[in-house]
Amino acid sequence: MFKSKDLLGIKELTSEEIYHILDTAAGFKDVLKRDIKKVPPLRGKTVANLFFEPSTRTRTSFELAAKRLSADVVNFSVPASSVVKGETLKDTALTIQALGADFVVIRHSSAGVPHFLSRIKNISVINAGDGANEHPTQALLDLFTIQSRKGKFRGLTAAIVGDITHSRVARSNIYALTKLGVKVRIICPPTLVPAEIGKLGVEIFDSMEKGLRKVDVIMMLRLQLERQSKGFFPSLEEYFNLYGLTAERLKLAKDDAIVMHPGPMNRGVEIATDVADGPQSVILEQVTNGLAVRMAVLYLLAGVKK
Amino acid sequence: MKILITNGRVIDPHSNTDGRLDVLIEGTKIRGLYPEGSAPKADRVIDASRCIVIPGLVDMHTHLREPGLEYKETIKTGTMAAVKGGFTTVCCMPNTNPVNDTMAVTRFIVEKASKEGACTVYPIGAITKGQKGEELAELEMLTRTGCIAFSDDGRPVTDSLIMRRALEYSKIFDIPVISHCEDLKLSEGGVMNEGFVSTIVGLKGIPNAAEDIMVARDLLLAGLTGGRLHIAHVSTQGAVELIRTAKSRGINVTAETCPHYFTLTDESLVSYDTNFKVNPPIRGAKDVEAVRQGLKDGTIDAIATDHAPHHVDDKNVEFDRAAFGISGLETAFSLGLRLVEEGVIDLMQLIRKMTLIPSEIMKINKGRLSEGADADIAVINTDKKYRVDSSAFLSKGKNTPFDRWTLKGVVEKTISRGKVYEWD
Repeated sequence: MFKSKDLLGIKELTSEEIYHILDTAAGFKDVLKRDIKKVPPLRGKTVANLFFEPSTRTRTSFELAAKRLSADVVNFSVPASSVVKGETLKDTALTIQALGADFVVIRHSSAGVPHFLSRIKNISVINAGDGANEHPTQALLDLFTIQSRKGKFRGLTAAIVGDITHSRVARSNIYALTKLGVKVRIICPPTLVPAEIGKLGVEIFDSMEKGLRKVDVIMMLRLQLERQSKGFFPSLEEYFNLYGLTAERLKLAKDDAIVMHPGPMNRGVEIATDVADGPQSVILEQVTNGLAVRMAVLYLLAGVKK
Repeated sequence: MKILITNGRVIDPHSNTDGRLDVLIEGTKIRGLYPEGSAPKADRVIDASRCIVIPGLVDMHTHLREPGLEYKETIKTGTMAAVKGGFTTVCCMPNTNPVNDTMAVTRFIVEKASKEGACTVYPIGAITKGQKGEELAELEMLTRTGCIAFSDDGRPVTDSLIMRRALEYSKIFDIPVISHCEDLKLSEGGVMNEGFVSTIVGLKGIPNAAEDIMVARDLLLAGLTGGRLHIAHVSTQGAVELIRTAKSRGINVTAETCPHYFTLTDESLVSYDTNFKVNPPIRGAKDVEAVRQGLKDGTIDAIATDHAPHHVDDKNVEFDRAAFGISGLETAFSLGLRLVEEGVIDLMQLIRKMTLIPSEIMKINKGRLSEGADADIAVINTDKKYRVDSSAFLSKGKNTPFDRWTLKGVVEKTISRGKVYEWD
């Protein structure tokens, strides 16, 4: 079923593979409801978490997923400073190889780093976010959440709101949702629309009022606060006025629309607190589902002949 | 020592020669061209059967990295790579360490090249001191010591007033100001072409406008000053169109492009292979087509390599951190032959753009195959195929996107000022 030893992005997956991961994740979600949440399939395997960018949520989620599967986990937090000091990516790769890890979960600020590491034989590389390229497990857990709430994909409309240009979450979700037949809208200021993104089959809106109309799913993105100084928008206040998700705006979507966010949220910048904590928010469910999805990914990749 | 090259097809754009002739070399000069079999006796006869015999290629845009960056390339290795690629003249850019902005550096290059160079080397001096774009370098002293053009290549001259002054002041010497056209604010942080491909690979793009804006500015300044402007490494449709219009209005401008800009599109970048990382970036299909049209109609006068050798440690890193540049001397002519094969330009035009025209732009007495000229000759089998093997490059820079490509055009022999270079 799974062809590649690595999970580099959603781009590379077929819709069958995506469904297979979601089905597998459903099984693990049941495991997570048990009293004893640990199962043995990865016993004796080693997962190396290699995070070149700060991340608590994703790293913890992967760590817990690996532990639930009985793998040994080593965490390398590589602060940016040691890169400056000169340990090259090549040396990092050689080190991982020498340690005999079976999986590398990698997050890096440069797009393409997981692809670089995937040249190492006998190791499965899982992309936990590379630059503005992809964050495939985030998209998979988002799909899982949509599926569990909506029961289907085809016929749904999703709006992704925020800084699309710099967002790997947006890209992975665009690939994932369009592959499964969801209509995708992006809503953002024209300064944050990636070049020729329309070719991916998405509809582009610069207004929440137009873009949110009758959607089933709203995916808010985290806004990096330093974007303001780069001239993408004049102030956080103005950004919230134009693109913040408020209760008022939420009414434009379908009554049963769900509100998602990959976290961590900037309350009052991209999303109003009452919406984040409101009945349509599935943000915490996303976190729980992330665990099941990451278990599924580790489990399936372990089954690929290397 | 007399050497006779026989049985070859002699092509010389300067005299518009294309035919079966024998070429006799005496010492470092060409003694003459003779109808087959009628040349005087020689000490050595080179059989050029199945080959073209052409003026040694002239590269008006080369990075030799010496002084200061010898781990990437030296004058010796760079010129060895040049002759392997059929070049007998290279013009080296000043972005060394120290920058070639003084007589001392120019002299060093000239002397080193005369001792160790496999071919002729002409230095290009910096436009501004330290290539900082603030004050003009001492252009007269640089010219006197041997610089044949000025450029801050690798960086644009961002200050329009300084660029104006450079174009004005260089008129004293009637030598070109070579402009690296890039708006640094628009290109900031960019590592590849901005477009659909940059969107799907998630790398920061450099828009065409970053090049076009500076081309437009420099063309306007050339119009204002009447200075001799040469646009380096043209990569965009917009730049081609702007130059075409400027030429039609009589502005004193010439332009070059490089093989990667008429051969590759940014689709190649999906592999994240840093050997495709170059500045300006490899562009989209429309731009490639425009560059080819520009070569065809003469808007783009010359083909240069922008040979930019790098050490593997500068390339085998994150794409964002990798050095920009392609090691180009050893594949340039073969890539040019693809244009001939595809009917974009004919063989005579290709040779002209790689010999005579760059020599004329640089005002150097090179790129001709005629009696009395320097014995700079390339003997190339244009039908013979080979597989590019970067590990076998004579350049220290193995950074080519064309590794393992099958190309035509094997340089059988290169003769540089009468010295014969040949390889197994």
